[in-house]
Amino acid sequence: MQVRVQHEDFDVGAEIARMRLARKDTGAVACFVGQVRDLNDGDQVALMTLEHYPGMTEKALERIVDQAKQRWDIFDALVIHRVGELKPADQIVLVIVTGAHRGDAFAACECIMDYLKTEAPFWKKEQTARGDRWVEAKISDDQARDRWLRA
Amino acid sequence: MQTIRILYFARLRESLGLSGEEMPFDQTLSVQALMALLADRGGQWQQEFDGCRPLRAAVNQTLVANGSMIHAGDEVAFFPPVTGG
Repeated sequence: MQVRVQHEDFDVGAEIARMRLARKDTGAVACFVGQVRDLNDGDQVALMTLEHYPGMTEKALERIVDQAKQRWDIFDALVIHRVGELKPADQIVLVIVTGAHRGDAFAACECIMDYLKTEAPFWKKEQTARGDRWVEAKISDDQARDRWLRA
Repeated sequence: MQTIRILYFARLRESLGLSGEEMPFDQTLSVQALMALLADRGGQWQQEFDGCRPLRAAVNQTLVANGSMIHAGDEVAFFPPVTGG
């Protein structure tokens, strides 16, 4: 399965090893791990809750991975995204891309993350000393995605 | 009777106090027209759907523009801009 949405944590090393060894002509493995920060907009974050839209989330992530596979010369891509309650320093998201060479693997990994941030239906809610609040979307994330339209 | 299913997520779900509903629907409407109908409910509904707050829509689990058409049997979702990753 190329896309997983789950409550459980994931093992980056095990996932990389599985993808790395799937093909002997693999020369590059690019990887991104996102984790919960303990500070956001100047406030300490005690807990983060990730909500999503079951069904659409998987479809959106699969479409993002398929587009990356069409655009770049890569072998495979994996996206794991966690939902539910997470603490600072918990892993949130994992993207792994394999290919023959690093250039397309790096680019595909970054592009998948930029589309995930702007088109996959996840929402973060933070628990801080000043109360609970929904994280606001950033224009810089839209801009990061849009540069792939021009590239 | 024909219906559509409407889902609300995240801040919007909390503001409306509703995660979803079935709405009788025997016509074809744009997303924008449905939003206007919801805004007509008044109170929080008007605040959320009057177009002032950024809102995204999906029809049958695909992101759509506000001009997209909704048909009976569709699953429609409204939510704030996404913040995963």
